[in-house]
Amino acid sequence: MKALCWRGQKDVAVERVPDPKIINPRDAIIKITTTAICGSDLHLYDGYIPTMKAGDILGHEFMGEVVETGHAVTNLKKGDRVVVPFTIACGGCFFCKKQFYSACDNSNPTPETAEAVYGASPSALFGYSHMFGGYAGGQAEFVRVPFADVGPVKVPAHLTDEQVLFLSDIFPTGYMAAENCNIEPGDTVAVWGCGPVGLFCIKSAFLLGAARVIAIDDVEGRLKRARECGAEAVNFAHVDLLKWLEERTAGRGPDSCIDAVGLEAHGTGIAGIYDRVKAATYMATDRPTALRQAIMACRKGGTVSIPGVYGGLLDKLPMGAAFAKGLTFKMGQTHVHKYLKPLIARIERGEIDPSFVITHRYKLADAARAYKEFSTMKDECLKVVLKP
Amino acid sequence: MAATLLTTAVKSAAGSGSRVARAVDRLPPARTNLSSTERWLSLAAGGTVAGLCLTGRTPPVLSTIIGTGLIYRALTGSCPCYRALGVNTAGSTKPRTAVPAGHGTRVEHAVTVNKPVADVYRFWRDFENLPRFMTHLIDVDATTDGRSHWIARGPLGTAVEWDAEIVTDVPNQVIAWRSLDGADVDTAGSVHFVELPHNRGTEVRVALKYDPPAGKVGTALATLVGKSPESQIKADMRHFRELMEAGEIPTIKGQPHGE
Ligand SMILES: [Zn+2]
Ligand SMILES: [Zn+2]
Repeated sequence: MKALCWRGQKDVAVERVPDPKIINPRDAIIKITTTAICGSDLHLYDGYIPTMKAGDILGHEFMGEVVETGHAVTNLKKGDRVVVPFTIACGGCFFCKKQFYSACDNSNPTPETAEAVYGASPSALFGYSHMFGGYAGGQAEFVRVPFADVGPVKVPAHLTDEQVLFLSDIFPTGYMAAENCNIEPGDTVAVWGCGPVGLFCIKSAFLLGAARVIAIDDVEGRLKRARECGAEAVNFAHVDLLKWLEERTAGRGPDSCIDAVGLEAHGTGIAGIYDRVKAATYMATDRPTALRQAIMACRKGGTVSIPGVYGGLLDKLPMGAAFAKGLTFKMGQTHVHKYLKPLIARIERGEIDPSFVITHRYKLADAARAYKEFSTMKDECLKVVLKP
Repeated sequence: MAATLLTTAVKSAAGSGSRVARAVDRLPPARTNLSSTERWLSLAAGGTVAGLCLTGRTPPVLSTIIGTGLIYRALTGSCPCYRALGVNTAGSTKPRTAVPAGHGTRVEHAVTVNKPVADVYRFWRDFENLPRFMTHLIDVDATTDGRSHWIARGPLGTAVEWDAEIVTDVPNQVIAWRSLDGADVDTAGSVHFVELPHNRGTEVRVALKYDPPAGKVGTALATLVGKSPESQIKADMRHFRELMEAGEIPTIKGQPHGE
């Protein structure tokens, strides 16, 4: 089959590789019909994520048709059309039973690195380095899906691939981030980062009852999309953001703040320069500009919710402010399995059409070019979809 | 002198600053009850194992330890019997292991398994399940009288065999076993089960002991393989939990990848 393989920093290529086979009894083989490139795939592309090996197949947002199942998979059959969570979960461990699927104990075959770095290994992920299990991803013609009896969910025939594809990651990720805010009627939610996850945070915050959503970015094209989602949008490069937020919330601050930026925040001013210097000298691995602002802006007793991905150490975090204001922090990889069915229901009811984030479509064969263009033209390129 | 030679050999093989060399430095002086011939033979056996490790062949740690003992035993014709199991379950409710510390290589590890204690006990009590999660075991044949025949991996593709008997079996609490006279390697093991309150699963605490005469040197050599006995038992017990909770051990072996 054809598959998009990682070869090194800023080097990916579509190669011919063997077709995947059933290895374990709970596996299924899915023929990919639509897959996407995620913003976090650019972290791999840019070489930010350790434990990648040359030849690794990328892609964690995909859907398709079941072509084969292991003997323990009884809920799926050949021909079923499914969307697959990017987190791999066994369904039977302490964490899965608590619906903390992204903390699954039993999906990572090589948890040692994560245990050494994080104290415990989270669940494995598709196509996201060997620290997270080294599973081959779905930017390919076929993919092997472990624990297929608990992950993939069948999708109604009348919904298109593009309407349901993002259930694999970014829609539940934005939704969980908003849910983590415990939104009450009348709440104001501020969202840092208007990439695809940020936009799903905005839409989800409204679905969950927020009265106002304030969207923060420095890319005008993305702010325009945030406005289309119903948010008040502000370019942080043009204002003193904290002052602006204070003024717009009449001194109280947003009830909750969502950092949908994560480890690649591009700060301005002294803090931004400081972060770049630290990162360049390997004294810090992550640059938390958005998170610092979110903590400073959030109202007393509010929630800071973090769907943006962090990988290592943070520096100069205003912990005193967080403590003084009694903030709640909620974060982590999305428990995708938990959200699939309720969110399919919302799509079916017409409350949201997730395909609104798609800006570019390529053939899988052109995936290497898609990565290059996605990583260089961030302004117009929001979400890339690949078709085999 | 042999001990000094062994120290030098290991250090030169592993590098003087290595963990192994440091471990060797901490070894007590050679025991005087060993004849110098036996020490030379120990050195030969140890050298074989060290050589194996350094050529990039990496037999599982415990099999290396077992193998070291096997070579020694073949050479000396003696088998130091291991009898001090020390299992006492009368009225015992707190988890403890049946295998005492001391001579040989002893590893211990605990995991919490999200299953009722009866399921966990039943799976372990069928010793034929053990090779499914213990890397160093090839096969265990259990008979109905509590006896079993074990085959484990030794170095250079060899197999090591022994018969074992169950010495303690308290359903849902503890199982302990030990090898019988005539075993290729003296070994004993125990596993304790404690059901946690409020459906929080079962604590499983295992201890294994392998008693090769190479003793601590065997362990030191084993760390050359890259995985200490401690990390191997940890991985084995993780696989046990995976089998119990997920019904299979996750793997990416055999999946496609690019050049
Ligand atoms: Zn993603
Ligand atoms: Zn699990």
